[in-house]
Amino acid sequence: MYRKIRSFVGRRRNWTIPYVLFLAFFVIVPLALIVVFAFSNNEGGFSFTNFRKFWMQPEAMNTFIYSVGVAIVTTFICLILGYPAAYLMSRMEPKRAKLMVILFILPMWVNFLIRTLATVALFDFLKLPLGEGALYFGMVYNFLPFMIYPIYNILQKTDQNLIEAAQDLGANPRQVFLKTTLPLSTPGISSGILMVFMPVISTFAIAELLTINNIKLFGTTLQENIYNGMWNYGAALSLVMLLLIGITSLINSDGSTKAAEEGNLI
Amino acid sequence: MIKRILSSSYLGILLVMLYAPILIIIIFSFTEAKVLGNWTGFSFKLYTSLFKGGVHHSLSSALLNTLVIGLIAAFASTILGTMAAIGIYNLQPGPQKAVKMVNTIPILNPDIITAISLFLLFVSLGLTQGYTTVILAHITFCTPYVVLSVLPRLRRMNTNLYEAALDLGATPFKALWKILLPELRPGMISGFILAFTLSIDDFVVTLFTIGNEGLETLSTYIYADARKGGLTPELRPLSAIIFVTVLVLLIVINQRAAKRKV
Repeated sequence: MYRKIRSFVGRRRNWTIPYVLFLAFFVIVPLALIVVFAFSNNEGGFSFTNFRKFWMQPEAMNTFIYSVGVAIVTTFICLILGYPAAYLMSRMEPKRAKLMVILFILPMWVNFLIRTLATVALFDFLKLPLGEGALYFGMVYNFLPFMIYPIYNILQKTDQNLIEAAQDLGANPRQVFLKTTLPLSTPGISSGILMVFMPVISTFAIAELLTINNIKLFGTTLQENIYNGMWNYGAALSLVMLLLIGITSLINSDGSTKAAEEGNLI
Repeated sequence: MIKRILSSSYLGILLVMLYAPILIIIIFSFTEAKVLGNWTGFSFKLYTSLFKGGVHHSLSSALLNTLVIGLIAAFASTILGTMAAIGIYNLQPGPQKAVKMVNTIPILNPDIITAISLFLLFVSLGLTQGYTTVILAHITFCTPYVVLSVLPRLRRMNTNLYEAALDLGATPFKALWKILLPELRPGMISGFILAFTLSIDDFVVTLFTIGNEGLETLSTYIYADARKGGLTPELRPLSAIIFVTVLVLLIVINQRAAKRKV
């Protein structure tokens, strides 16, 4: 018996077992529970009530659509601001570029609630009104580094020979950028888009703080429902969000594997 | 030349935008005013009262909870994640791909989905929410990052060394202790630090798994504070200290990384 145990432990692939069990219990089962709760009514029976409610009640639906809009606009602003930054950093000498990367990542390690409250303070300080403008500033402020980093990463690895070849073949700088640099950097762009869009759509608390409770995003709707004991409806709304996220990451599955690896930012 | 100036000033403006709010917090941590944005003269009073405790007992206990939860979660996920990485590395390609894929789910999932799913798990099991549930939840979202930081070390190491140790008569345990762990240590340390920072920075998952028995971490404390309208002034020096600590930690990690590459 003892021998058996020893040879079992000695086989190193068996060391995955505790983690596989852990993942099953704390990742797979909880996600399955969301589905179960979403398709149950308050008595526990199977039903579509929660989804009917989502469809019929314009409030949650409107918040959902508005949140998707905010996420799209934020992602777009981050891309417009972040791409040039990533491009410029990729052309620096490596040592300076590395310092720049650290400088851009560093603010993310301050608690995001404190950062958001600091943004509120900044707006107060500059006598700017809180509202939609502050909301977009706060969102871009919080998520811009997630856009810059993956794009920088891919641009920095781009084969310079291809760019030189384009130049030798007579392309002007604009053509070189549009026909060579930009297409080669699309994997970075798609993982950047994913890394901004997905967290923005699910943010919770940022919007309330930046707009003095005037604007509510979908994350807050989820939280309120769960907090008020509407677990089934909350689960149904979570499932809606999960579907949207699943579709987004399926559309660029390349981006999502890269995004997962780059979640490891340091 | 002009191009260069233009490019540095563009990056400069972005950095100013990113750092302005943090600088405001740091600057106003050196004044006593209750409201952030009022300057009432230079003083260290907030720093001293932060460490005196007493009045701000709830803040210091929230800070302590945050650190304890962070350390336990980081420690547990480093062990679990390192074991998992060793196992995953030795799996057949098929199962390996499957485990790796499930491993990325907690990373890609938005906080709030992880939070709600774990909340539903704990209420379905009828568990009282508190310290244990928060720590379990933190281990759930920290471990995948440990796995991802240990795996590259395994890929880079010479696996024959481990086999050689076994052939030379070492027990599997001894070979693990003397050969495998020293090779993996840098990845484990990075994973530990990453897990710790993720844990102390977390807000959403903590909020959903902390229960309502009065347990607070720094994030939930700040959230409750912000909803009441006023931010406890002592949070300014605390944020300043955290920022500087993280700055130092990041510099240390990057130096280690730079040394490793040499």
